[in-house]
Amino acid sequence: MIRYVLKRIGLMLLSFVIIMTVCFFLVKMLPLVVNASLGQDAEIAEAQIVARGYRDPVLKQYFAYIRRIIVDWDWGVGVNMPEYVGQPVWGVFVEKLPPTILINLYSSLFAVPIGILLGVYAALKKNSWQDHTISVLVMALVSVPSYVTAFLVQYLLCFKLGWLPLTMSAGQDYFTWQTFRSMLPAVFSLSFGSIAGYARFTRAELSEVLTGEYLLLARAKGLTRSQCVARHALRNAMTPIFPSIIAEFIAVMSGSLIIEKIFSVPGVGKLYLTAITSLDYDFFMMLSAFYTFIGLAAGIVVDISYGFIDPRIRVGEK
Amino acid sequence: MNEENKRLETQIPKSKFEFAKRSGLENSENISGESVGYFKDAWRRFCKNKSSLVATAIIGFLLLFSLIAPVISPYTVSYQDDRYKFCPPENKLCVSLGLNFWDGCEKKILPEHTFQYYRAIGTETGENPIKNGKYKSELRKNGSYYSFRMNSVNAVGCVFLSLTKAEYASLQDYQDRTGRQVIYPTTNPSARPSEREAPQLFTDANYWYKTQLVSGKDEQGFPLKQKIAVPVFETNGEFINIYASYTGLDGYRSLRLEGQEKLYDYAIANQTGYEVRVKYAEYYRYYNCEVLKNGIETPNFLFGTTQAGKDLFTCLGSGARLSFLLALSISFVNMCVGGIYGAIEGYYGGGADLVMERISDILSAVPFMIVITLLKMHFGSTSQLLILFVAFFLTGWISMAKRVRMQFYRYKNREYVLSAKTLGATDGRIMRKHVLPNAIGTIITGSVLSIPATIFSESSLSYLGIINLNTGSMTSVGTLLSNAQPYLTTYPYMILFPALFICLLMLSFNLFGNGLRDAFNPTLRGEKE
Repeated sequence: MIRYVLKRIGLMLLSFVIIMTVCFFLVKMLPLVVNASLGQDAEIAEAQIVARGYRDPVLKQYFAYIRRIIVDWDWGVGVNMPEYVGQPVWGVFVEKLPPTILINLYSSLFAVPIGILLGVYAALKKNSWQDHTISVLVMALVSVPSYVTAFLVQYLLCFKLGWLPLTMSAGQDYFTWQTFRSMLPAVFSLSFGSIAGYARFTRAELSEVLTGEYLLLARAKGLTRSQCVARHALRNAMTPIFPSIIAEFIAVMSGSLIIEKIFSVPGVGKLYLTAITSLDYDFFMMLSAFYTFIGLAAGIVVDISYGFIDPRIRVGEK
Repeated sequence: MNEENKRLETQIPKSKFEFAKRSGLENSENISGESVGYFKDAWRRFCKNKSSLVATAIIGFLLLFSLIAPVISPYTVSYQDDRYKFCPPENKLCVSLGLNFWDGCEKKILPEHTFQYYRAIGTETGENPIKNGKYKSELRKNGSYYSFRMNSVNAVGCVFLSLTKAEYASLQDYQDRTGRQVIYPTTNPSARPSEREAPQLFTDANYWYKTQLVSGKDEQGFPLKQKIAVPVFETNGEFINIYASYTGLDGYRSLRLEGQEKLYDYAIANQTGYEVRVKYAEYYRYYNCEVLKNGIETPNFLFGTTQAGKDLFTCLGSGARLSFLLALSISFVNMCVGGIYGAIEGYYGGGADLVMERISDILSAVPFMIVITLLKMHFGSTSQLLILFVAFFLTGWISMAKRVRMQFYRYKNREYVLSAKTLGATDGRIMRKHVLPNAIGTIITGSVLSIPATIFSESSLSYLGIINLNTGSMTSVGTLLSNAQPYLTTYPYMILFPALFICLLMLSFNLFGNGLRDAFNPTLRGEKE
């Protein structure tokens, strides 16, 4: 098992390094645009760029970049975005992370239990009107794009009924009631799709498990239906569901660009969008690395947790 | 063994062979009934699925909409008219049925002076902004308030235009020819709301009646920064006009209000020509029919207009067309490339598979957002459509390749494949004739299900502004959505139609795709994707 895990991590790191290297060279092929900030001499700005080695040969820059990251955890500094000129990229990123994580975390905490409960209910009442209603709802929620749900939430809950603020309040105090309330519209919009996904997944898995013969045996032994479902069926059905929950909790970090834009969440997504529109390459590189890493890590955790949860499945083992 | 065969072959002369008698076979039962092929079978199963059939009909409808809407609409995507912006949707049917929605009106609750402003427009132009002239008044603590449904097209009323002498003359010719009153008597500048105290009111051509500037209060009773113009009525309650009295310096020789008497001036000469006061709806007809010759007579916006005064119906239609075109072509290209790649991987296996699998693994680990950003940074100046296409292609074919690879792995070692191999079929023939038909269901389902995903991504990207497909004669659903978002609370109809389109499209494509999957592969019915 350990060998397998190590192999997977090794392969992941290899993919990561390849992707980031390609990214790096593609970015370095672009002309470096430097907008001198207000009251700053263009020559000074240029001198800073030269001092940071941005005019060196690309290969030299590449190794310098890697060394800086490994030795000092220095991902570069902001160049073009007026608010972040001269600030370390990593610092700005860490500052932007909490709102993104919180919103996604809340939405997962909200969506996972509801989704699974709905799925279990639908599977137990299979082919009844309850099941059909849930199926229709799930189909609708899966298909409707998240931004449309976000518009609906914003229009109905925030504007028409006035229960919640239209956008997320700015500021650094993320744990006050005020801020929490202002996060709720984004949380709801994010969780609808997720609820539908989990409900569908759980329903499919559970209804397959429920037809299993060992459940018939359990009933024959005298277990009640609820005992059967809780102890045998649900545990087996959770085997494929659980890893995806773990993956979701890893993916909470990356967030959703669109939802962040609609509710003006001061998070990573907004940072990414401003970084690419103002062509700030250090930010772009760092955020790309982050998104790629999250994606790869989520995939790996899913595969590995399969093996831990259900020892019968050992992906890649012979 | 080979030598044994050879020996036997040589021993028996050919003449000794004779054809087998087929007499015993004649009594066997003939195959009767219709033969049902794979596709026919799938089609039968598909037809049994009601929701998929409905979805297919909806897709057909949306496709027709995207093809027909830009053609039948008199407007184009590049059409825009600043004065008719934020016009609510107007459906002629709803108007003639007297319904209170989709009638080109919006509900307004306005204080006295603004209400009188609109009433004056109706009195002068004969086209009342107040729907059916019906309103309700209520007394609040700071004056009367009137609630009514306001027709935004009529509410434009009259505007001041600066025309050159030639334009002025041709407009008068048009009036004489058609008998339509476009030019209205201009107002006396000294009687208008004072330019010094209320500059925007001074340039508003709809103050054709006598007013008095007072400092107003808002709904909460706080004083407003700008002064408001309150009408001054005659004793019988009618508006008093402030038309400029006749001097004959306006060079006007065409139709006049109230017959032919020379009571008022119709223009004021300025450096470049004349400043004329026109009824905008008539001028619009003149401008579009005579100057632009695009055949638009009256402003009529089925889905309303955008913040730039574009016709939403046309924009949505052509945006939808673009989305369909992009999604269909991408799905086709991905099907071909992914199919071939996956087939080679799956069929040959071994080293080729390992290397190709690694490549596609790495490619699939690159987030889509990063691909599109890099492409945009490098080729931002070239066609945005091309960027989108390349980005979707770079990341899209992998899932198709994976599906096909799996199917090829599953079927390449079957006995019938082995027998075909033994009979000397080439690899290409085996892949084409024996293995591919097993994968065709997966391939088609995958391609169809990738279409809504592509449309969704495209609209998200243009919504986020990463891709800008809004170049004059082109627009996309995402751009429409992102333009409409700031007006979500004030003009929700602007977001309603594009959002409805996207929702219907996604829903029906998903149902259609699920139906296809069940039809091609009945054993998977009811399972997750």
